[in-house]
Amino acid sequence: MRIVFFVILSVVLMVADHRAQRLRALRDALSTLVYPIQWSVNAPIRWAHELAVQFAARDALVRENARLRTEILIADSRLERMSEVEAQNRRLRALLGAAARLGDRVRLARIMAVDMGPSSHRIVLDQGSTSGVYRGQPVIDAQGIMGQVVQVSPYSSSALLITDPSDAVPVQVQRTGLRSVAVGTGEPERLKLLHITNNADVRVGDLVVSSGLGGRFPEGYPVGRIAAVDRDRGRPFATVWLTPSARLARNREVLLVWPSGRRGGPAAPAPSGGDRR
Amino acid sequence: MRSVAIIAISFLLAIVLTALPIPSWAMVWRPAWVALVLIYWCMAVPGRCGVATGWMVGLILDALLGTLMGQHALALSVVAFLTLRVHRQVRVMPVWQQTASVFVLILLYRVIVLWVNGIQGLPVRDAAYWAPALSSMLLWPWVYVLLRDIRRKYSVS
Repeated sequence: MRIVFFVILSVVLMVADHRAQRLRALRDALSTLVYPIQWSVNAPIRWAHELAVQFAARDALVRENARLRTEILIADSRLERMSEVEAQNRRLRALLGAAARLGDRVRLARIMAVDMGPSSHRIVLDQGSTSGVYRGQPVIDAQGIMGQVVQVSPYSSSALLITDPSDAVPVQVQRTGLRSVAVGTGEPERLKLLHITNNADVRVGDLVVSSGLGGRFPEGYPVGRIAAVDRDRGRPFATVWLTPSARLARNREVLLVWPSGRRGGPAAPAPSGGDRR
Repeated sequence: MRSVAIIAISFLLAIVLTALPIPSWAMVWRPAWVALVLIYWCMAVPGRCGVATGWMVGLILDALLGTLMGQHALALSVVAFLTLRVHRQVRVMPVWQQTASVFVLILLYRVIVLWVNGIQGLPVRDAAYWAPALSSMLLWPWVYVLLRDIRRKYSVS
């Protein structure tokens, strides 16, 4: 009977496979036969999976892209602030350096408002009488003298810039020691030196510093550089133009100075007399 | 020749269904496709499909499933044999009765496979092991009708 034959055959195979592992070849042959079926059966599943991964990946990428864009935006704005902070840091360091050079007591003040009209050049600072600010106090920046305080409130004060026509600073030419007075002309970035005779030794480019006379401004601090000398024989004095050293229009922080050993008491701002030649 | 091809294709499909990856919760309930197809052809064309066919298909199944060579061959040849023995009676039964017979046959099939597993020392599984018998039984009417229509259409004999 066929069934008996096949049963015995099956048992033989099973024993051979189980014990002696001899049927490897047969199994491999049959597996090769069966493999295409297995492959094709699995293929759609595999493809669907890969497709899902693609989409998920793409979806994840899109989301991550958006997230990264936002992060870049935030980082960029932080960077902007950072560079601003860096610049401020540099300015403050410069001011600090100036203060160290002076050896006088200084205080940082921030410019809250600027008024640069033709008739007056004023700035409003955020320090007032509660910080010890007084009328006539000099205001400087890292490059040079800016002006003096003219009005004090408890928490703010306003200062006249040296370019204001009603302001004057006693100065001397650093190179020669020639004394003079620098007055504002109402024009920004331009000062005039008074009482320079035609035959005085002044050259373009000479540095002009405060002479300290009058006790108002600290001595030796830059006021400006001579920009032009106009000698006119017809007039008693030459016209000398000065470019201020301080960055009058561009500062944001300034220093208020308490000059050590100043002579005289606080008085209304007025051109102090310089020596006449 | 065509008859052989049709039968072969139906077995191929049964094998594909056996190999198809399905989610793990459904795997327990996978019907014994190959056995079902074998039972039908043994019933319908006993001249063509018999013990030898069952044995060969069983061997292929062993290669596919990675079980011991001859395990499913043994089980399916036994199933084929029994089906041949009772095919005349079963053929004229109403469908629900046929279904019961098929259930018994599939059960036997599972028993033989389990038995060989036990001899090998493989772990015996839980009650879920018998679930395919149930699902196969429920699927039988559909398989029967489908293969019958195919047989008639292609005049398999």
